[in-house]
Amino acid sequence: MPSDLHRLGVAEATARLAAGDCSAVELVEACIAAQEAAAGLNAVVTDTAEQARTAARHADQRRQRNEARPLEGIPVAVKDIFCTRGVATTAGSRILDGFVPAYESTVGAKLWDAGAILLGKTNMDEFAMGSSNETSRWGPVRNPWSPADGPALVPGGSSGGSAAIVAARAVPAALGTDTGGSIRQPASFCGVVGLKPTYGRCSRWGIIAFASSLDQAGPLTRSVADAALILQHIAGFDPKDSTSADLPVPDLHSALQGDVKGLRVGIPAEYRLDTLPVAVGDLWERGIAWFRAAGAELSDVSLPHTRYALPAYYIVAPAEASANLARYDGVRFGRRSTGEDPDDLYTRTRREGFGEEVRRRIMIGGYVLSEGYYDAYYLRAQQVRTRIAEDFQAAFREVDVLLTPTAPSSAFPQGAKTDDPLAMYVNDIFTVPASLAGLPAISIPAGLDDERLPLGLQLIGRAFDEATLLQAAAALEAAVGTVPSPAGSA
Amino acid sequence: MALSDDDVRRVAELVRIGLDESEVKPLGEELSRIFSWIEALREVDVEDVAPMTSVVEMQLRERDDAVTEGDCRDRILGNAPAADEGHFVVPRVIE
Amino acid sequence: MTGARTIVGATGEWELVIGLEVHAQVATRSKLFSGAATEFGAEPNAQVSLVDAAMPGMLPVINRAAVDQAVRTGLALGAEVNRFSVFDRKNYFYPDLPQGYQISQYRHPIVGAGELRVDMPDGRARVVGIERLHLEQDAGKLVHDRNATDSHVDLNRAGIPLMEIVSRPDLRDWEEAGAYLRKLRALLRAVGSCDGNMEQGSLRADANVSVRRPGAPLGTRCEIKNLNSVRFLMRAIEVEARRQVAVIEAGEAVHQETRLYDPQRNETRAMRSKEDAHDYRYFPDPDLLPLCLSEARIERLRDSLPELPEAIRERLIGEYGLTPYDASVLVAEPDAPGFFEAASQGRNGKRVANWIVTNLFGALNEAGRPLAESPVSAEALGQLVGLIEDGTISDRIARDVFGEMFQTGASPQSIVEARGLRQIQDTDAIDAAIDTALAANPGQLEQYRAGKTKVLGWFVGQVMKATRGQANPALVNARLRQKLDADGAG
Repeated sequence: MPSDLHRLGVAEATARLAAGDCSAVELVEACIAAQEAAAGLNAVVTDTAEQARTAARHADQRRQRNEARPLEGIPVAVKDIFCTRGVATTAGSRILDGFVPAYESTVGAKLWDAGAILLGKTNMDEFAMGSSNETSRWGPVRNPWSPADGPALVPGGSSGGSAAIVAARAVPAALGTDTGGSIRQPASFCGVVGLKPTYGRCSRWGIIAFASSLDQAGPLTRSVADAALILQHIAGFDPKDSTSADLPVPDLHSALQGDVKGLRVGIPAEYRLDTLPVAVGDLWERGIAWFRAAGAELSDVSLPHTRYALPAYYIVAPAEASANLARYDGVRFGRRSTGEDPDDLYTRTRREGFGEEVRRRIMIGGYVLSEGYYDAYYLRAQQVRTRIAEDFQAAFREVDVLLTPTAPSSAFPQGAKTDDPLAMYVNDIFTVPASLAGLPAISIPAGLDDERLPLGLQLIGRAFDEATLLQAAAALEAAVGTVPSPAGSA
Repeated sequence: MALSDDDVRRVAELVRIGLDESEVKPLGEELSRIFSWIEALREVDVEDVAPMTSVVEMQLRERDDAVTEGDCRDRILGNAPAADEGHFVVPRVIE
Repeated sequence: MTGARTIVGATGEWELVIGLEVHAQVATRSKLFSGAATEFGAEPNAQVSLVDAAMPGMLPVINRAAVDQAVRTGLALGAEVNRFSVFDRKNYFYPDLPQGYQISQYRHPIVGAGELRVDMPDGRARVVGIERLHLEQDAGKLVHDRNATDSHVDLNRAGIPLMEIVSRPDLRDWEEAGAYLRKLRALLRAVGSCDGNMEQGSLRADANVSVRRPGAPLGTRCEIKNLNSVRFLMRAIEVEARRQVAVIEAGEAVHQETRLYDPQRNETRAMRSKEDAHDYRYFPDPDLLPLCLSEARIERLRDSLPELPEAIRERLIGEYGLTPYDASVLVAEPDAPGFFEAASQGRNGKRVANWIVTNLFGALNEAGRPLAESPVSAEALGQLVGLIEDGTISDRIARDVFGEMFQTGASPQSIVEARGLRQIQDTDAIDAAIDTALAANPGQLEQYRAGKTKVLGWFVGQVMKATRGQANPALVNARLRQKLDADGAG
């Protein structure tokens, strides 16, 4: 009889391992088998089964010696944007072909130090630039919710592989990164929990940079409790990251206890778009009703600069990316094209190594920073960003969390939006504002639309108040009840 | 905001991304479309608004002046597409 | 000379306008944003961290000592220290620049306007405005001579902290430029923020040079890069100015460009590499926060400053009566003021300073030795001046004695004794020599008597020659006059 250990969440698996009901080797083997079965999703780009098996044996030995650590033996898939020592890391780009880091990201190292085991580097949009996982040099990821008889759907992006593999029940948790919604939007599309912590909560050291002032690592899991558990172990101050916050990490597990009676939940008026699909609007209303039923105090709030968030984001993120990606020049690592002189080498390497969307964003970034345009674009965007952050500060004087949809739609078919960058960019309309303000936010699977595709609701919290955010998320999760598994899961 | 062909060529050269001449016009049109969408930002009153320098109130942390890393030539050169006698190698630079 | 040097071309006189950008390596053990060593002379790429090589996901963390030294230098220049400064990315592609951008300070430097006073030999002083001082990373080094087709990249210097000190275009000739650089070097050494070692590249200057008709508006400037000695700086400025005069006088225009100085051929030439018309797309580095300096920190750093060259100079002028020029020359050498003060104990300071500046520095310069390795100690030089002051030897004899002191390291007394150079004070001996001279030259004696009193000087010379310079010239003069006049009366 096939094992169903791969269907366990982090907390359940930890309990089973601790009770001796199963071994880490059995757990990891079950996940390896599930990942093999899910190979058609194209969610994993580098298989780490062999090293995971070795790690699992060591985990079992530690447990026998009573030296088990908090996440001992828990397999975790990691987005291919995290540098993993000795394991190829490509950020979904040809330009990093052959790159094998000699170092481990701080977040990854913390996870392995807590006993977790790397199982699979996951597919992603190239350099995290995309909302559908279609810009990857490894090809698109198939959303496990794709109907058997219909078109292949996208998993969202950029952490599409991480969301898909967790949704497919082939690993209990995965790491992603979120710059403008890259954890939350794929979580919504794939029906899993996706948490973007406060900017500065998790170290960025060893994570390939897209937009430095926005990038933040976080977990994708199948429950709020699991997201809290993973965050507990990856968060914390890192002296190697100047933007890492030197603040204690609260006990997130205990934060999940208790109810939301009296919790003030704000509904931002500007998120009620005319173009919002009925299913999304209805789900949002249901979310409001659930919170009200649980004793929370609901109120409308205003975030007046919401509509400027996406344009500001599409200046700030490409500008930072254009500089962050300058190091991919074919000299010290990765792909190199032949060139007659260094400029020729750069021009060819970058032309051939970067995909279309990455090239487009580097062009946007180069343009908005170029002489004569800096004030009109970059400076203004950063000023607008201040305005957006002020909007949130004002709102959080009235409420404790904000409730919004995560994405303006459910998963769409592959190829549906690849010809229209603006249509693609609009996917992040609800996730980008919190990113610009650096706030923590989480997407919780809250139901299915009429095509039986998952939809998520987003909660946004105060800076560094992940505890309240997770408490509210757990209450919402409880109200939603059991969410079905996708047909495409193992 | 419309980008001219020369704008496109100039930026592509600045960011060292090769561009075929046939790509210039379509790329320019596409970028122009994105920039006209971005133009919405002009509506915002940013008079006396400080640009965001850090999303969280924080001080720049400074480290002690100590040698803690760096003697790792093999790790530095290990991924290089071309290396020779402890150096990275590039096509001849003429200064 | 009442003003700066000018160039006289075929069509008339041309004035120079010069501004210097000096790059001073901050004296730190580790780099500006990484923990790699800065020591000179290591094996290629042996002092390169993952950060310096711009490996994916690496982040900068600033070195406190570099910040402190920049502030101390700013205070020493009497400059405004900015409480708020920002690190920017300066974007350009070059094989010695791994990140594809240099972290520098553009819009908000750590130090603002200050000034540096430069004294010239003719007593003229020039107060040179300092526009700013900012911190930035050095680039790596390219080696071109290993084979015919490639260049080799050594990143040991990449990330070394530099202070860029930018002067206003206040310098008017190459000698002023040389004096400015020497003065600045002395200041940096006194502060301890830079070792000033130009051979090892710790101090380099870029010179912006233009020419114009006296008093006319500024001409087009050229920048001469990377001048690594005071001598080359001066020569490069002179030949560049002469080149520009020749270009203009030939009816052509000077192009604003970056040029290199070739010391072998003593000429400048345009750099081949294009620089994207200098569109560096500066923007604040999102990996770093603004640098905020507290009043307490600035005051603590102010208190840590030693007596500065300008104060020493004032003291040397006030206490010892030195000329401003001699005082400036002394303070330009880090050990010279101490040497001077030791040598001038109980002696005429002005005379001692003159001996150091003219004779000792001349001999050291010719021998290519620093003051610290002088064969003539401060004590010995003081003794030599003492022998002049007590009449034991004349100035002319003293120069011979000094020559021997410099050769052998012997004390002045022992040389005077051994060679019998003691000045003749004995009037009988002098009288005898005078009598001999008068008797041997009746013709000249006749002339004197006929009223040609100038012949007196000629007789003094004869007597000095007869006594091998050892007679006290003042005594000879007095006795001779007495004898001739008495003779005439008799």
